[in-house]
Amino acid sequence: MAKITVENLTKIFGNHPEKALKLMDQGVSKDEILNKTGQAVGIKDVSFEIEEGETFVVMGLSGSGKSTLIRCLNRLIEPTRGKIFVGDDEVTAMNENQLRIFRRNKQAMVFQQFALFPHRNILENTAYGLEIQDANNSEKAERAQKALELVGLKGWETKYPEQLSGGMQQRVGLARALAVDPEILLMDEAFSALDPLIRREMQDELLDLQQKMNKTIVFITHDLDEALKIGDRVALMKDGEVVQIDPPELILTNPADEYVAKFVEDVDLAKVLTAEGVMIHPKVVAFPKDGPRVALRKMKDQCINSLFVVNRDRQLEGYITAEDAAKAAERGEKELTGIIKTDSARVSPDTTLNELFELSAAATIPIAVLDDEKKLLGIIIRGAILSALVKEAV
Amino acid sequence: MFNPLDLIPRIPLGDWIEGFINWLLFHFGDFTRALAQVLRSAINSFNDGLMIIPPLVLIIIFSLIAWRMSNRSVALFSFVGLALIYNMGLWSASMETLAMVLLAASISIIIGIPVGIFSARKEMVHRIVWPILDLMQTMPAFVYLIPVIFFFRLGAVPAVMATVIFAMPPVIRLTGLGIQQVPRELVEASEAFGSTEWQKLVKVQLPLALPTIMAGINQCIMLSLSMVVIAAMIGAGGLGGAVWRAIQRLDIGGGFESGLAVVVVAIVLDRVTQRVRKTNSNS
Repeated sequence: MAKITVENLTKIFGNHPEKALKLMDQGVSKDEILNKTGQAVGIKDVSFEIEEGETFVVMGLSGSGKSTLIRCLNRLIEPTRGKIFVGDDEVTAMNENQLRIFRRNKQAMVFQQFALFPHRNILENTAYGLEIQDANNSEKAERAQKALELVGLKGWETKYPEQLSGGMQQRVGLARALAVDPEILLMDEAFSALDPLIRREMQDELLDLQQKMNKTIVFITHDLDEALKIGDRVALMKDGEVVQIDPPELILTNPADEYVAKFVEDVDLAKVLTAEGVMIHPKVVAFPKDGPRVALRKMKDQCINSLFVVNRDRQLEGYITAEDAAKAAERGEKELTGIIKTDSARVSPDTTLNELFELSAAATIPIAVLDDEKKLLGIIIRGAILSALVKEAV
Repeated sequence: MFNPLDLIPRIPLGDWIEGFINWLLFHFGDFTRALAQVLRSAINSFNDGLMIIPPLVLIIIFSLIAWRMSNRSVALFSFVGLALIYNMGLWSASMETLAMVLLAASISIIIGIPVGIFSARKEMVHRIVWPILDLMQTMPAFVYLIPVIFFFRLGAVPAVMATVIFAMPPVIRLTGLGIQQVPRELVEASEAFGSTEWQKLVKVQLPLALPTIMAGINQCIMLSLSMVVIAAMIGAGGLGGAVWRAIQRLDIGGGFESGLAVVVVAIVLDRVTQRVRKTNSNS
């Protein structure tokens, strides 16, 4: 069951949205509606579902409606038409009181310009959400303190926002949101105002935090690299419409239309494609019990000069080379156990191509891709990395 | 030469206003008389309160407040200045003036701040209030004095009423401005966390608007002082009364002395309230 469901969401800015809605339903374009009625279409008939624990990135250029969209989710902006559900509750049907309770308990927002309160110190800023829920909450300070520690700002409690750097201020913004322990985290271009270096650091940290917390995150950005890095799925918006919703790899390899294709054209594939995407299934493997002659024949059949050795659970033991196998055969050994080498490169499936380059340049044999239990998932031969890059670029 | 404008008959705007005031007098006369009663006793108790304390003690108290709010040189100036006023025999006149200023400024602030808050939050209120403020601020101050005489007779009460009208606009304007200037994102953040309207106002908007509101209060006090002096023309007494008497007698020395006393009171009030503003914006 989806955590957030958005059905046919539309937002028209202006005093007479009904006129614009009518034209919109007739298929009139956004610009024409603006010319004819003076009403601006912010979001046009957007529907999607976000699963619990998912990091859902909404990506688009400025004016694409992404900021409007995220503000509709907690009704900072009133949607003109359409429904929003969080779990079973319909956000769009809530009255003022219900909406306030929803905002307090279910969601928290992180803002582009941090939006810290300059007259409150860091601890007071962090505790804001708790304070307005219940001013006498005795755990208030404690929970705010924990949230600050989570983002690495212990010791800064009594400082004021203006005394902190941008990156640290946004950590406070994040802590303030986490302090209320929301189910949903709404992040509106949260890292866009930061330097590239700090931004990358914050992205990594968010990914780390997300592994521990498993919140449902809606993340708005105009930066495609960021979207592809953070998102489990990415929704691409253009002119108030969602053009494509897919996992990052599919956005890159399978753009829904020319707009998306143009968008992803400049992406550095090496940063986005992962080992999983370029590995191939090893056609043959050897088992420790195999004799050297069997192994040699397997290599000869495939025209290769090394072979990975796995045990019965397909866990990687190591590799053998043809040369060693031939010598072992001459010596009359019955098993491979004595000649297994373990010094080859091993990576996890989510390693990016970027990191693979170096490994592959140094390696004489293919790189092994292993899962958490050391099972051999696939191998990466040197040519595969280059051909992956070339293939995607064409 | 023929001028088409001459064809329009003279519009009796002045008569209408007079009629309106008379109508008000007739229907609300009891109310204004009751209000006058309240104000008169308020002025008297303010004044009595100030006069009951021995001048030297009061001078020291004022100087200490000035020290606390500002710095040592302002405190020293207050001490010397106020002692000079006593020396010139203008002490009781000054206290009368101060009582009127404090009362008028308090009324202006008590009414002005809520009105300012409303005008910042409701576009409709803003649209109604702002033109009225323009009128209140640009109409020559003397003009208020005429109708208030009809409502409140002569003396300190009409002076305070005229002063309230004259000194309230900056409080309303700067309160409204201060709240409107709170960055959009901060208001949004406060809303996004589920603040009630009251929490938003008290925890975010007012604290951030405070430096601007304090500037308005400072302005209000200074305008009150200037108006209270002018209001001597309708028998307000105090330092303005002393100036007025000197003018009528062409008494250069007396006029200068009472003028100097006004300056001293003005500088002390200004420095003390201005400092409040600065401390707040620094924290």
